[in-house]
Amino acid sequence: MYDFFHNTDIGIVLLTFIEALALLVPLLIGVAYLTYAERKVLAAMQLRKGPNVVGPFGLAQPFADALKMLMKETIIPSGSNRLLFLMGPMLTFMLAMLAWAVIPVNDGWAIADINVGILYLFAISSLGVYGIIIAGWASNSKYAFLGALRSAAQMVSYEVSMGFVLVTVLLCVGSLNLTDIVRAQQTVWFCIPLFPMFVVFFISTLAETNRSPFDLPEGESEIVAGFFVEYSSMSFALFFLGEYANMILMSALTTILFLGGWLAPFNMEPFTWIPGVVWFVLKICVVLFFFLWTRATFPRYRYDQLMRLGWKVFLPLSLVWLVLTAGALMAFGWLPNA
Amino acid sequence: MAFLDRTARSFVLGELVAGMALTLRYFFKPKVTINYPYEKGPISPRFKGEHALRRYPNGEERCIACKLCEAICPAQAITIEAEPRDDGSRRTTRYDIDMTKCIYCGLCEEACPVDAIVEGPNFEFATETREELMYNKDKLLANGDRWEPELARRLELDAPYR
Repeated sequence: MYDFFHNTDIGIVLLTFIEALALLVPLLIGVAYLTYAERKVLAAMQLRKGPNVVGPFGLAQPFADALKMLMKETIIPSGSNRLLFLMGPMLTFMLAMLAWAVIPVNDGWAIADINVGILYLFAISSLGVYGIIIAGWASNSKYAFLGALRSAAQMVSYEVSMGFVLVTVLLCVGSLNLTDIVRAQQTVWFCIPLFPMFVVFFISTLAETNRSPFDLPEGESEIVAGFFVEYSSMSFALFFLGEYANMILMSALTTILFLGGWLAPFNMEPFTWIPGVVWFVLKICVVLFFFLWTRATFPRYRYDQLMRLGWKVFLPLSLVWLVLTAGALMAFGWLPNA
Repeated sequence: MAFLDRTARSFVLGELVAGMALTLRYFFKPKVTINYPYEKGPISPRFKGEHALRRYPNGEERCIACKLCEAICPAQAITIEAEPRDDGSRRTTRYDIDMTKCIYCGLCEEACPVDAIVEGPNFEFATETREELMYNKDKLLANGDRWEPELARRLELDAPYR
């Protein structure tokens, strides 16, 4: 059996396929329940109860929504570019799924444990903006176009400071491999020594995933729904799935970079009994709760404020912290692999 | 100095943390949602809902066809026709309310000298067709018979303030 899966071509393909399925199915269920959790958390913070009718505690609500979405008609605007119009959501969805290939769910549990994992992730998440731009342009609608432009500018700006944060972490680890990054946090999670970077990173992920308070590309009150106004039915659902999968991905990335991935909070007996996957999922849930929590708390940024925060606050801050970290590592001889 | 103070404060994110603490407190507060079709909010005795024509305890209808309600109705939703009955008393032959015109101002109720037309506590009388909302005398009297205990209680509760 082992021989078949690891030494024959068909076996390796089959194994990868099974692994991908084992990761993506729970992920999609997670996405479904993230929408449920979002509605529940927002409701609770507004003194409401949220969905509670479909199934016990409304737990079947995501599936009712999905079913409804599937039954709807797919409307393709007559002025749109049909090919690109349908490609946009598919691209967004596929990229959101693709990025999960390198995420280590437990020690050694990554589908592709490549040594440039973080670069791969960064590249894929940067490509995500194409799905949005294509959708906005192909819709041939002014709201969609404005939303796409905003989104492009926003995602590009925040990627810069996110890049610097990543470099800071990489300096402390000495490897681009995600598994190595988590292993390097055995003694202390990076969110403690690099706390300011952790905050910058979290806020940048909010901007990167177009989440409130940086949800200008969607901006219901001014540009209706932004880049996906013209979408309906499954093409809309793909955007939705992609967006929420991206949220989970960014939470996973935050967990890996700063919260010690699958590691138990304390490296001692009762904590290490619980398998790493559980810790990993738990930490993702906590970060996701923060996503929803910020949405419930803050009003949307104005566009110029958004740009100011990205370029004039986060960029210098992360740059200074990067130099400081590098200096400290050199001065005290803490450089890894030195 | 003020600039430094402001900058330092904004870097500590104090206001953001305070805001998030507030929402977290609300997160754990008891919820105010009412599970509507199964739970309902309280209704004042003055609540102006669906109309009803009341009867005296002996079963005689109260309305004397004075047409004050028809006259005062600002939406002109009420139509009344009257002629003397066989026993010589003055009664309506037609008493229609167009519920799609009615603005639920309660003036008909206030104009009525014999407490015949009243607005009851019922607000769940949605229908699937427009025609069903053209209430006639039979419908209004039936409403009166259906809600009488509640109507009498409401009138009594509100009497001190009238």
